[in-house]
Amino acid sequence: MKDFRYIGGVATLELDSARCVGCGMCETVCPHRIFAVREKQAVIRDIDACMECGACARNCPREAIAVIPGVGCAAYIISTWIHRIKGSAGTRCC
Amino acid sequence: METSAGAVPRVKTALSLRDKFGTVKTRLGIGRYNYKVVPGLYCVGTPSPESPVLMTANYKLTFDALRKELGGLDAWILAADTRGINVWCAAGKGLFSTEEVVRRVTRSRLAEIVSHRELILPQLSATGIAAHQVKKICGFKVIYGPIRAADIPAFIQAGNTADKAMRTVTFTFRERAVLTPVEILLLRKALAVVVIATLFLSGLGPGIFSMDAALSRGIPAVCATLFGILAGAVVVPFLLPYPPWREFWISGALAGIVAGVANTCLFNGRLDVWESLSLILWTGVVGSYLAMNFTGSTPYTSPSGVEKEMRRAIPAQAAAGLIAIAVWFAAPFFG
Repeated sequence: MKDFRYIGGVATLELDSARCVGCGMCETVCPHRIFAVREKQAVIRDIDACMECGACARNCPREAIAVIPGVGCAAYIISTWIHRIKGSAGTRCC
Repeated sequence: METSAGAVPRVKTALSLRDKFGTVKTRLGIGRYNYKVVPGLYCVGTPSPESPVLMTANYKLTFDALRKELGGLDAWILAADTRGINVWCAAGKGLFSTEEVVRRVTRSRLAEIVSHRELILPQLSATGIAAHQVKKICGFKVIYGPIRAADIPAFIQAGNTADKAMRTVTFTFRERAVLTPVEILLLRKALAVVVIATLFLSGLGPGIFSMDAALSRGIPAVCATLFGILAGAVVVPFLLPYPPWREFWISGALAGIVAGVANTCLFNGRLDVWESLSLILWTGVVGSYLAMNFTGSTPYTSPSGVEKEMRRAIPAQAAAGLIAIAVWFAAPFFG
């Protein structure tokens, strides 16, 4: 999305070009159009636009993509921190 | 309608008044944890074995959002059991998963009802579903459809292909605005606690506790919190794309300070300088915290980014909040 940019230089997204066969699944599923397939190879066009949803990694048949997927939600992250301190399991989502 | 695998319920493609009322209620946070349709196979129109199969979540808001776009089409709708949660959240939580897709396809005996082996899934379910695994396990090929249900007819018309616009997530003013009521409603328990604590704290002073002070000081203080909610949970979401910086907590703090000044003007004369400053600071803290919480409602914040923002924001919010409370408490003693 052109109008919405978030904090850059933090995305955990990694693409192993050696394993990539250019199937284009990553390009299809990415909600922010980060990937483009050029000459049978996927490239990351805009890594700072990655929201780490994990759709690309999940749908890569060659496991060429790695990302630490998660929810970009402050309340959810606070909840996991509190549970970590308390030592309890499970977090509540809204 | 009757099929070789049994009767399949047909659903309308126009929402009734009751459906629309249900949507409004859910958007206001009423009964939103229990607004489901029974998982399984449905149809719209009079589909044949060649008609497309659209898969979706069993949150009724989602189900309705889908079927209302299918007017005039003949199609099958397969509702996954996502425990009444929408597509994106369910996929993220592992409920709208490869396993659930396979389970639903098998249980509904879809292979006996349709002659093709294609499933159209919402693009935003891709975080939970591995298309190649679905094909391997149940033989159905996953085709990811457009982001928005409204684009489905055009998608099907174009031979199950999507253009760039269909595959890009948006966050328009309207899409942001519909989230505000529920953001505020989710605060009600915390707000009740804060109101009681505020009134109590406001009544403390040289005469131990004064009911008079609890109200005369307490009411402006409660309003400070309410202005903070307005700043962080309404103004910031509404004006989200406009600030040139990226952190939400900063927008919330600024909006909160402005709101805090407005609140002080409202109670002009009733507060001394220290009390006014304390309330302005408090409104800034509330605005900042609630704006930061809005990150979870956006389709573009990454968890790494939010964590980075929080590591800066929370110490600042905590410190400012404690200072505001301390000054508010101390003010009557130095009156």
